[in-house]
Amino acid sequence: MSDRNIYLDHSATTPVRPEVIEAMMPYFNQRYGNPSSIYSIGRDSKKAIEEARQTVAGAIGAQPREIFFTGSGTEADNWALKGAALANQQKGKHIITTSIEHHAVLHTCQYLERNGFEVTYLPVDIDGLITPEQVKAAIRPDTILISIMFANNEIGTIQPIAEIGKIAKEKGIIFHTDAVQAMGNVSIDVEGMNIDMLSMSAHKFYGPKGIGVLYVKKGVKQSYFIHGGAQERGRRAGTENVPAIVGMAKALEIAIANMDNYNQKLTALRDRTIREIEEKIPFVKLNGHRKDRLPGNVNFSFDFIEGESLLLLLDMKGIAASSGSACTSGSLDPSHVLLAIGLPHETAHGSLRISFGEENTDADVDYLMEVLPGIVQRLREMSPLYEAHCKQQETQVTV
Amino acid sequence: MYSEKVLDHFSNPRNVGEIVDADGVGQVGNPKCGDIMKMYLKIEDNIIVDAKFKTFGCGAAVATSSMATELVKGKTVQEALEITNQAVAEALDGLPPVKMHCSNLAEEAIKSAIEDYRMKNGLIDEDSSCNVCCKRCEDVHHAIDVEE
Ligand SMILES: Cc1ncc(COP(=O)(O)O)c(C=O)c1O
Repeated sequence: MSDRNIYLDHSATTPVRPEVIEAMMPYFNQRYGNPSSIYSIGRDSKKAIEEARQTVAGAIGAQPREIFFTGSGTEADNWALKGAALANQQKGKHIITTSIEHHAVLHTCQYLERNGFEVTYLPVDIDGLITPEQVKAAIRPDTILISIMFANNEIGTIQPIAEIGKIAKEKGIIFHTDAVQAMGNVSIDVEGMNIDMLSMSAHKFYGPKGIGVLYVKKGVKQSYFIHGGAQERGRRAGTENVPAIVGMAKALEIAIANMDNYNQKLTALRDRTIREIEEKIPFVKLNGHRKDRLPGNVNFSFDFIEGESLLLLLDMKGIAASSGSACTSGSLDPSHVLLAIGLPHETAHGSLRISFGEENTDADVDYLMEVLPGIVQRLREMSPLYEAHCKQQETQVTV
Repeated sequence: MYSEKVLDHFSNPRNVGEIVDADGVGQVGNPKCGDIMKMYLKIEDNIIVDAKFKTFGCGAAVATSSMATELVKGKTVQEALEITNQAVAEALDGLPPVKMHCSNLAEEAIKSAIEDYRMKNGLIDEDSSCNVCCKRCEDVHHAIDVEE
C-alpha cells in the first residue's frame, strides 16, 4: 500500500469544512431543542433553521419560503418529480428529461412510467449536451414537467439551463433542474434562469451528508411529500435535522463567497490534467464537453483496459478516484451516461473520473501523472484487447 | 470487499503473458460485458506443463485468471477439466456475490483452451464442441431488487 493519500473524488462527496462542523456542534447537545417546541431552546432551533433557509434562498436568488429542507439530493429529486407529476396529472401525463440524469431522476421517471406517465428521454450529443431546440421540439400539449440536470456528475457537462428555462416559461411548463453537482461551482439565479424547482445536496459542497434542499417557486403546483407534522409547512414533515440544516447553510455561504477563487483553482488543475493525460498516454478519449464542464471534472476513457482494475491500482498508490465501469456499479452494464454520449461498451468500461476539490494542489497532479501512465501501461500489457490491437498494427505495417 | 488473496493475485498476478508455441489457446468473455480472458496452455503427455493468461477486466477477473493458471499447472487434462468456478473462487478465499460470474469466466477459459488443444490434436471433432461462452452475460447477480 501507499503512504500517500490523495482524494480525487469530490463529485462523489467532499470533506466537511471545519467551520461547518463548528457551526453544527452546538445543535447536538446544547441547543438541542425541538424546533416545534415553544420554550426557549426550541425557539433557538427554529430560529437557526429560519436563518439557514434565508442563507440558502439568498444563494440562488429565491425567497426563504420557497426553500424546503430534505433528507438528501435524492429525496429532493424524488419530491420534485413525483410531487409535480401527481399535482398536475389532470393537465397531462408527459414529462421531458434527458438520458444522462442521475439515477435519482432516472429511476424516479421509470417509476412514474410504471404508474401511467409518459417520459421522453432526450438524447445528448457526443459532448453530453442537449440543445434548447431539442427541448422545444419534444414539448406536447400534455407536457407538465421538464427536468434537466444543471451539470452532469460523471462527465461534468453543463447544460444551457437559462435558455431551456426560457422555453419552459414561454410554454407554461414546470421546469426542474438537478443542481446537485452545479451548486457551489456555477452561479445560479432561479429568477433570471426561470427555474421553477431546483435540487441541491450539502455533501457536494463541503457540508454534511444526508441533507438537501428542494427549491419550489411560489405558485408552482406541487403536492406535499412526507405527511405528518407541520414541519416545512406540512409539505415535508418530520422533526428537522437541525445541525445538518445549519451546516448546509454555513457550507453554502462559504462556497458562494469563495466561488470565483475556487473555480479558478480547480479549472487550472483540471486543464493541466487533461492536457498531460492527452500528451503522455496514447489511446485516450476525453469524455464530456471540453469547455462547458464543471471546473474540477476530468473524465477519460482508456482503450483496452477496464475501470475497476484501474481504480484498484490507483488506490494501492493512495489515489481515490472513480469509474463508470460496470464492475463499479453492481451490474454488467457500464454507465448510462457514457453509453449516451456514444461510447462503445468496451470503451465505457475503461473510464476514469477525477474530480478535484479544495484541498488538491499541483503536487497532487504531479503525483497522479507520475503513477497513472505506468498503471495504464501495465493493464494494457495484461489485456488481450491490446495484444490484438498491436498484432493488427504489425500486420498492417508488414502488408 | 475483496479478500487479501484476491488483492494479492490482482496486484501480483501469476503467469501473465503469452505462450508463443501454445498447444491450446482459449478466449472467453465479451468486451461488451467488460471482461475477456485469454488462456494459453502448454501440454506435454497429457499434462499441463505451463499456463499463461491475458485478461481485460475487473480486479476479480484478473485474480481468477491468475488463480486458474496456478490451479491447472501440473494437472492432467482430465483433472483440469474438473476444475469448477467454485474451486477457483474458494482458492481465492471467496469472491463478492456480484463478482461470482468472473469465476465462471476462469472455468470457461480453461475448458476453451483444452478444447482448442483437443481439436488441434484430433481428439474431438468440431461437432461435439460446445460454445463455452454461452452462459456468460445473463449470469449476473444484481445488487438491487427489481420493483414491479
Ligand atoms: C447529479 C446528482 N443528483 C443527485 C445526487 C444524489 O444526492 P444525494 O447523495 O444527496 O442523495 C447526486 C449525488 O451523487 C448527484 O450527483
